[in-house]
Amino acid sequence: MATDQTPLVSIDKLRVEFRGEDGPIVGVEDVSFTIAPGETVCVVGESGSGKSVTSLSLMRLVEFGGGKITGGRLSFSLNGKQIDLAQTGSETMQAIRGDEIGMIFQEPMTSLNPVFTVERQMTDGLRVHRGMSRSQARERALELLRQVRIPEPERRLGQYPHELSGGMRQRVMIAMAMACEPRLLIADEPTTALDVTIQAEILALIDRLKRDTGMAVLFITHDMAVVAQMADRVVVMYRGRLVEEGPVERIFAAPQEAYTRKLLAAVPRLGEMRGKPAPEPMRLVGEEPARAAPPPADAVPDPLLQVSNLTTRYPVKGGLFRRTVANVHAVEDVSFEIGRGQTLALVGESGCGKSSCGRSILRLSEPTSGEILLDRTDIRALSARDLRRRAWRDMQMVFQDPFASLNPYMRLRDQVAEPIRNYRIETGGGVEDRVADLFDRVELPRAFMSRFPHELSGGQRQRVAIARALAVNPKLIIADEAVSALDVSVQAQVLNLMMELQAELGVSYLFISHDMAVVERVAHRVGVMYLGRLVEIGTRQQVFENPQHSYTKSLLSAVPVADPTQRTIREDLKFRPIPSPVFPLDHTPAPSVYDAIAPGHRVLRGDAGLGAD
Amino acid sequence: MKVPAAFRSAKGIVGALVVLTVLAVAILAPLLIPADWATRMDMRARLAPPSWAHPLGTDQLGRDLLFRVLLGAQTSIFIAVAAVMMSIVIGLPLGLISGYVGRTTDNVLMRLVDTLLSFPALLLALTISAVLGPNLQNTIIAIGIAFTPFLARIIRGEALRVAQMPYVEAARTAGNSDWRLITLHVLPNIMPAVIVQATISLAFAILAEAGLSFLGLGTQPPDASWGLMIQASRDYLDRAPWTALVPGAAVAMTVLGLNMFGDALRDALDPRARGEA
Repeated sequence: MATDQTPLVSIDKLRVEFRGEDGPIVGVEDVSFTIAPGETVCVVGESGSGKSVTSLSLMRLVEFGGGKITGGRLSFSLNGKQIDLAQTGSETMQAIRGDEIGMIFQEPMTSLNPVFTVERQMTDGLRVHRGMSRSQARERALELLRQVRIPEPERRLGQYPHELSGGMRQRVMIAMAMACEPRLLIADEPTTALDVTIQAEILALIDRLKRDTGMAVLFITHDMAVVAQMADRVVVMYRGRLVEEGPVERIFAAPQEAYTRKLLAAVPRLGEMRGKPAPEPMRLVGEEPARAAPPPADAVPDPLLQVSNLTTRYPVKGGLFRRTVANVHAVEDVSFEIGRGQTLALVGESGCGKSSCGRSILRLSEPTSGEILLDRTDIRALSARDLRRRAWRDMQMVFQDPFASLNPYMRLRDQVAEPIRNYRIETGGGVEDRVADLFDRVELPRAFMSRFPHELSGGQRQRVAIARALAVNPKLIIADEAVSALDVSVQAQVLNLMMELQAELGVSYLFISHDMAVVERVAHRVGVMYLGRLVEIGTRQQVFENPQHSYTKSLLSAVPVADPTQRTIREDLKFRPIPSPVFPLDHTPAPSVYDAIAPGHRVLRGDAGLGAD
Repeated sequence: MKVPAAFRSAKGIVGALVVLTVLAVAILAPLLIPADWATRMDMRARLAPPSWAHPLGTDQLGRDLLFRVLLGAQTSIFIAVAAVMMSIVIGLPLGLISGYVGRTTDNVLMRLVDTLLSFPALLLALTISAVLGPNLQNTIIAIGIAFTPFLARIIRGEALRVAQMPYVEAARTAGNSDWRLITLHVLPNIMPAVIVQATISLAFAILAEAGLSFLGLGTQPPDASWGLMIQASRDYLDRAPWTALVPGAAVAMTVLGLNMFGDALRDALDPRARGEA
C-alpha cells in the first residue's frame, strides 16, 4: 500500500489489437495504471472488458492468442532498471516469466499437465530457472507445498493432477507460481471455477503469501465480492477501456463513474435481506425501481410439488462386460415441497446433487425410488408417453448454459413455437401471436424471432430459454443455475424478469444455484444440499438468519461479502474435500432423519458424513 | 435464389467451379465425344509425350490420354458418387439410431459395424465384388458397403454427443417425439460431420474403384476410368510419367475441389457462418 515508492509495474496507454476478418479489432485501448510492490490491484469487469487481455499483455502471452501490442509502454522494474515489457525480446521474456512474474489461471483442471506428477511439474521450472539439482528441487517443492498448506505434501509429490481435488490443484498451481519467488503474481480468475468454501481458502492463501513475501498481486476477476475482500486498489474496465481506478474503500463507498455504480448496484450482498419476509428485485441503476416482486410465502396447505424420499443413483460401469460395479448416490432420501407461486432454492457446492435432484423431478434422470407428486399427479407412475404429454406440460426447465440450450440450427421463433404446437396451446395463426407475446413478456424485440441463437448475447439467449419454458403456461419451472453463466448486470436483469413473471403468472420455481447471495434475494424457501442429502430446509429467513446445520454455517461463512470494510476471509485450515458419493452395490445408506427446529424448518440429524467439527 | 455467403468466398467459388466442371465433363463428354476415341490405338505413338496430335500424350497402347481422362470421368465420378450416397443412405440412419437410442441397440449395431471395420475396406469391397460378379452396379454396391461402417461410426459418435446437449433435452421437454427430436434437432447438428466425411469418402471411392479395376473386378478394359488409368501407368512411370500424372491430376483436382465445395456447403448450412444480420 506504500504508493510513494517507484511502482513495480506501470502500464501506460496500453493498446492491444486482435486480427479480425475485417481488419484489426481493438481488445484494449488507452489503459494506464500502476502496481506498487506489495500491493494487490484488482482488475474487475464483465466479459469482453479486456481485463484478461491486459494481464496477458503483461506476460506477453497475448501474442499466442492472436493479439498484438500496438501501443503503450509496460514498464517493469528489473534489477533497479526500468524495462519496457512491450519491447522485450522473447529470451528476456522467458526469463521474466515464472521468475519475476508468476501466473495462475482460472481452470486448475487444465492448467496442470495430466501426464506428469506434481513433483515433475514443480521441479522442472526450478531446475531450469534456478539450476537446482534433482534433490534440491524436490526439497524446494516440498517447502513450497508446505507454504501453500497442502496436507501430506510428501504424498502429493508422487500424485498426478487427477488424483487431487480442484482446490488442491489450485494450491499446486499457486505453489508453482511461487517457486521462483516472483515479485508479481498475476491471478486470472483463480477461484471462479471453485466452490465457495474452497474459494475462501484460496483467497486467504493468496492474501497471506502476499503479506509474507511482499510480492505484488494483479488479481483479475468479475466478482465484486472477491474484489472487496482482496484489493488494495481497484481498476474497473469496460469494453477494453479503463473506467475508473482508485483505492478499494473509495470505489465501493463513492464510485465516480456511472458504470461502476451500475456494476456495484447489481451485486447482491449476502445479509442485506435480513428481516425481510419476501423476495425483492435486484437493484438496477437507471431503471424504474418499481418492478413487481413475488408476495411473501404463507403457509401452504396445498403444495404444488411434493417430493418424498427421492433417491437417484447412477450406475458406475466397469469390467469386461460393462457391468454395474458401484453406484453414485447423487440424490439420497430427499423430501421437500414447493407452494404455488413460490420459489424453493436448492443450494450447495458442486457434486452435492442439486442438479440431479432437479433433473429427477422432470425424470430427465430416472429416480431410483421415492415419490414425486405434482398437483397430486404421481410423476413416477406416468408412462414415457404420459410423461411427455402431461408432466412436461406442467413442468419446464431452464438450463445453465445459454449457449448450449438452444439449437444453433433453428430460428428462435420455431424453438419457442415447438412446445406451443406440440401441446396444442394454440394452433394455426395463434402460434405466431403467442410466440410474439412471449417475446414481449421476456422483453425481447419481436425482430429477434427470426434470428438464430448465435446472433444473441448470453442474457438474451437465456430470455429466449425462459420464453420457451413459459410457452406452455407451466406451473413449475426448474431453473438449473439459470443465471450463473451471465455477467452480473445481465444476471440482475434476468432475475428481476423471473421474479416479475412469478408475481404476475403465479409460476413456482425450483431455483438451483451455488450463489448464496442470489438465493437470498429470490427464494421464499431454501434447501441446503450436501453429498446428496438435504441437510437443512426452511424459509429464507430461517436458513440465512438462524442456520442450524454445521454445513449450512460453514457455507454461509465462506461467502465473500461485497464490502471492503468487512473483510471476513481468513485462512481457517478446515481442509475438507467433499467425500466421494460412490458406494458399493450392497451399500444401504441410513434414512434421512430430521429435527424440526421451528414450523417448516428441518435440520438433518447427524453431520451427513461431514466429519467431526 | 440468393447465393449463400459461403459460396461467395474464394474457396467456395473455386470449389463450386471445380465440382461443376467435373460434373459437366462426366455428363457431357460421353455425349460429345465418340466412345471409341478413348479406345482407339495408335501403335506408332505408344507412350508419346504431349504433342499437338495428343495434347496430353498417349498410354502404352497409343490411346489418347485427353480423351481417356475425359471419358473416364463418367465412370469414376458415377461410381464414387453412387457408392458414397449408398453408404450415407445405410450409414446415416444406422449411426443416428445407434447414437440416439444407445444401450443395447447401440451395442448390437456397433459390434456389427466393428466386424465390418475389422476387414480392410478394399479387401471387403474386393470380396463383395468377387461374390457378386464384376460389373458397374456391383462395384458401386461393393464400395458402398465397404465405406458404410466408417460413416456409421462417425455419425454415431456425433449423434451421441448431440443427443446429450441441453438443447436436445430442452426440445424433449418441449413435447417433441423421438422422430422430431432426431430429424429436427439431432440431424442438422451432425450434418457438418456427415458432409466432411462424405467429401473425404468420395476421394477414397475414386481410388477404391481404381483398386478394384486393377484386380479385374471394377471397370473392365478397354473402357476408361481414372483409377484404371493410374493403375495401368505404374510400369511406365520412369519412361512416360504423364500416363500417371494426367489421371492423377484429375483425381487430385476433383478431390481438392470436393473438399473446398464440402467446406463451403457446411458453412452455407450453418447459420453461424452465414454472416447475415
